[in-house]
This record gives sequence, C-alpha cells and structure tokens, in this order.
Amino acid sequence: MQALTNRVKEVSRKPMSLWERMYLPAVFKGMVITFSHIFKKTPTINYPEKKRPFSPVFRGLQILNRDEEGRENCTACGLCAVACPAEAITMEAAERQPGEEHLYREEKYAARYEINMLRCIFCGLCEDACPKDAIYLSETFTPADYQRKQFIYNKKDLLIPHPKEEPEAYKKALGNRAGNKTAN
Amino acid sequence: MFLTIDLALIIEKLVLIIVVVMASLVIAMYTTFAERKVAAILQDRRGPNRAGPFGILQPLADGLKLFFKEEIIPAFSSKALFVLGPGLAMLTAIMTSAVIPWGDKVHFFGRDISLQIADINIGILYIFGVVSLGVYGIMIGAWASNNKFSLIGGLRAASQIISYELAMGISLIALLMVTGTLSLKEMVEQQQHGYWNIVKQPLGFLIFIICAFAECNRTPFDLPEAENELIGGYHTEYSSMKLGFYLFSEYINMFISSAVMATLFFGGYDVPFFNEAAHADWGNWLALIGIVALMAKVIFFIFLFMWVRWTIPRFRYDQLMHLGWRILIPLALFNMLATGGAILFFNK
Repeated sequence: MQALTNRVKEVSRKPMSLWERMYLPAVFKGMVITFSHIFKKTPTINYPEKKRPFSPVFRGLQILNRDEEGRENCTACGLCAVACPAEAITMEAAERQPGEEHLYREEKYAARYEINMLRCIFCGLCEDACPKDAIYLSETFTPADYQRKQFIYNKKDLLIPHPKEEPEAYKKALGNRAGNKTAN
Repeated sequence: MFLTIDLALIIEKLVLIIVVVMASLVIAMYTTFAERKVAAILQDRRGPNRAGPFGILQPLADGLKLFFKEEIIPAFSSKALFVLGPGLAMLTAIMTSAVIPWGDKVHFFGRDISLQIADINIGILYIFGVVSLGVYGIMIGAWASNNKFSLIGGLRAASQIISYELAMGISLIALLMVTGTLSLKEMVEQQQHGYWNIVKQPLGFLIFIICAFAECNRTPFDLPEAENELIGGYHTEYSSMKLGFYLFSEYINMFISSAVMATLFFGGYDVPFFNEAAHADWGNWLALIGIVALMAKVIFFIFLFMWVRWTIPRFRYDQLMHLGWRILIPLALFNMLATGGAILFFNK
C-alpha cells in the first residue's frame, strides 16, 4: 500500500534480546527522563496572583460608552440588536427631554438596554454595527453567578463609569480599545 | 519477688514508642504531601500550593476533610470486620517500626538509652511476620465490603503479597548468611565497621527492593487498588477516616520499608566515610548525626518510591505473577546459592 506521508515507521516484530527482556535498562532510561523534568519550568500561571495578558483582539464583556463629557453615546437605533446573531440584545428607545442634555448626547436614547450574557457569543458584531461608538467589547469576561436571571445585564451593569466623576474607573473600563475604533 | 520492675526502663521505652509512632505518623502525613509535590514536579506542574506557604498545611487540610466526610458502612457488609480492616492495616503498619534501630545510644539522666524500641535477636523475622499480617487488614476490609471489586482487589493483594514475600525472604537469607545475625542492631554495627551490605549483596538488594515495592502495593505493583479497572480496589466501599487509615497505612508502610532497606543494605544510622568510634566523645551529638543520616537515606528511598511511581505504568496481573514466580524466585535462589558458594570459597 502506498503510504500517505513519508513519516511511516515499520513496527519491529523482532523477538526482544536478553538485554531488552531484562527491562531494567529501559526502566532506568525512563527514570532519567522523569528526573530531568525536575529542572524544567512549569508552564502553569498562578492564576489569582498572576493573570495572563489578553491579546489585543480579545472580545469580552460589552460596555456602553460615554463621550468625554459623560453623555451616553447610544441613540437606540437598534442596529446592534439586528446584527446580533444570538439575538441577545433588547432595547427600548425614549426621547430626550429638555434639561437632559448633560445625560444623553443626541435627541434619542436607550431607556432600557439589556444583553442576555447567556445568549451572547461575544462575536463583536454589535461593536461593528454601531454607528455611534456606543458599544464595545472590553477585556474582561462575564463573572460567574448563581442565577440565570443575573446574567441579563441592564444599563446599570453595562454603562461605562462617568469620565468626570470617576476618571480612573473610566480609564480602566475603556482600556486600549474604545476610541481607537474610529480609525476604521 | 524475684522480678524487679525497672520503672525507668518502662518510662524510657514508653516515651520512645510514643515518639516513634508520632514521628512515623507525621512523616507519613508529609509523605502524602511530598507525593503530590513530587508528582507535580515530575510532570511540570505546581502541585498543592494554596494551604499555607508552599502548601505545607495541605496534609492537615486533607486530614480534616477526611474527618468531616460522612462515614458510610454499607448495609450488607459485615460491620465488625468492616471496621476492623482499616484498624488492622494501620496497626500492622506501625508495629513494624519497633525493631528498627533509629540511632546509636544517647545519654540522658545518667542512663544509656538505646534508640531502638526492642532489640530482639530475631528482628528481621519479626518484621516479616508483621508485614505478612498486614495483608489481613486489606483482605478483611475487602471481604467485609461485600463488593466484587473490593473482593478482587483483596484477592490480588493477598496473592501478590504471598508471591513476593517468598522471593523477599530468599533474598534476605543470602544477606543473613553474609551477616550471620538476625538482629538489625548488630547488622548496623557490622556495617559501621566494614562495608555496607549493598556491596556484598547487590543482586539481593535488587530483588529486595522490587519485592518491597510489591509489598507496599506501590506502582508498578498497585494492582489491589488499580483504580481504572477496580474503581478503588479493596477500599472501594470505604469513606471518611477509614479510607484515610488505608491510604495512611500505605504511606507508613512505605516509610518503614524505606527504613528497613536503609538499615539492611545501606548501613542504617552509619555515616559514610566517617569513623564513629574515633569521635565517641561527641556523645549525644553523634547519635543525632546518626539519626539524621538514617533519615536522609529513608527520604531518598521514599523519593525513589515516588520517582518510580511516576515513571512506570502498572503491570498486568499475569505479568506480575510471571515476574514474581518465574523470575524473582529463581533469581533469589541463585543469589542464595552463589552467596553460599562464595562464603565456602573465601572462608576455606
């Protein structure tokens, strides 16, 4: 039969010699191999103390973005909900009332914005679909919980901290990703 | 009254017994930790490192966990025997330590205290007797569980220990012919003045160490508890501290057989290239050095047990019997005859 690759190795059917049948040399050889592993580095990372850096394209938990003055970007256009292949996003739009200009950037905003994290597949299509720079996938992952209903994240869970009131938390949540997106 | 009771001797021996038993329990405890750590290191893992610095409190956590687990006694088991099994395994494991000389004499309160619980003139025979009793703990537990996997495990343990005890005994006969004594203390003293017995009996040592692995039910001879064919073997039905006793007695057995091997073949508490007799004025320090030397040898052997465990896979049952009956026993017989011939030839 023709071999598919050139890596084929014939199995030796020769009866073992006395030296091989003593097994002890082979046992010692094996023990030398295991002993040599004492000096090898462990690839394990001590997790809670040390965290592995995420890759720059990591797609984690969504955040709803604000502009520099702390106004919400989202206009509840629904493009993210349409783009979502898992149908995880629901929203309800509302009109901005006079006196709410410091809260919402444009005349329309999302009164309710929910993502079901059990349905979300973290594909990032919502981020691609958004015309207003309002939604980003951050570099954190969804924390575990005991109840399914806790995984329906609402605006309170998703909104980024206020850039003026909590500038440090805002910077941390923003990461290196949001804002650079406008380039493409 | 002809018999005067030496109260000081009784106290001295009691203290020694308590110290030795406690020490072997603590060492066995930390051997479980060492096993996990050695396994991890040999497999490029980290091993237990959460409980305390470097995980050194892990054995305590394990023990606590075992105590808090539910004790289950199966409904159709023989209850008395079921409880007796682990106790017997533990008892025989600890009893062996009585005749091992842990060090030379120490001098306290104007008395010379020998660091050996009982220097009986049939030391090795005693060890043999107690070790063979050890299989009863496993067998009784396996039988009382009323579970086919346990029973198979128990049967395997019994046949394995009987088979390997023969070869072990014959390999020791050769050693006894060389040393001319059954007392472990005298053997150590001989080795202090001359060569270690490993030089005189290399083949005997090889047979002895293989049999010791089999007697301790350690890999590659851990068929009685082969977890991937027999669930847990003889301790399948056991839970809580009864299971802990079985696992613990295995580690104590390991510790004791390491000590026996060190005593028989590697000079016991003898420090290599060091003349003890020339430094007799060091007193208790000399004995301490001896204890440290013995412990170093024991630790090396325990490491060897683990090292082999994480290197070699388990034997098949027929291979085990083949090795025991058709290779080790003839080899041991040959060793005995060759030793006898050599003694005749050189002492002519």
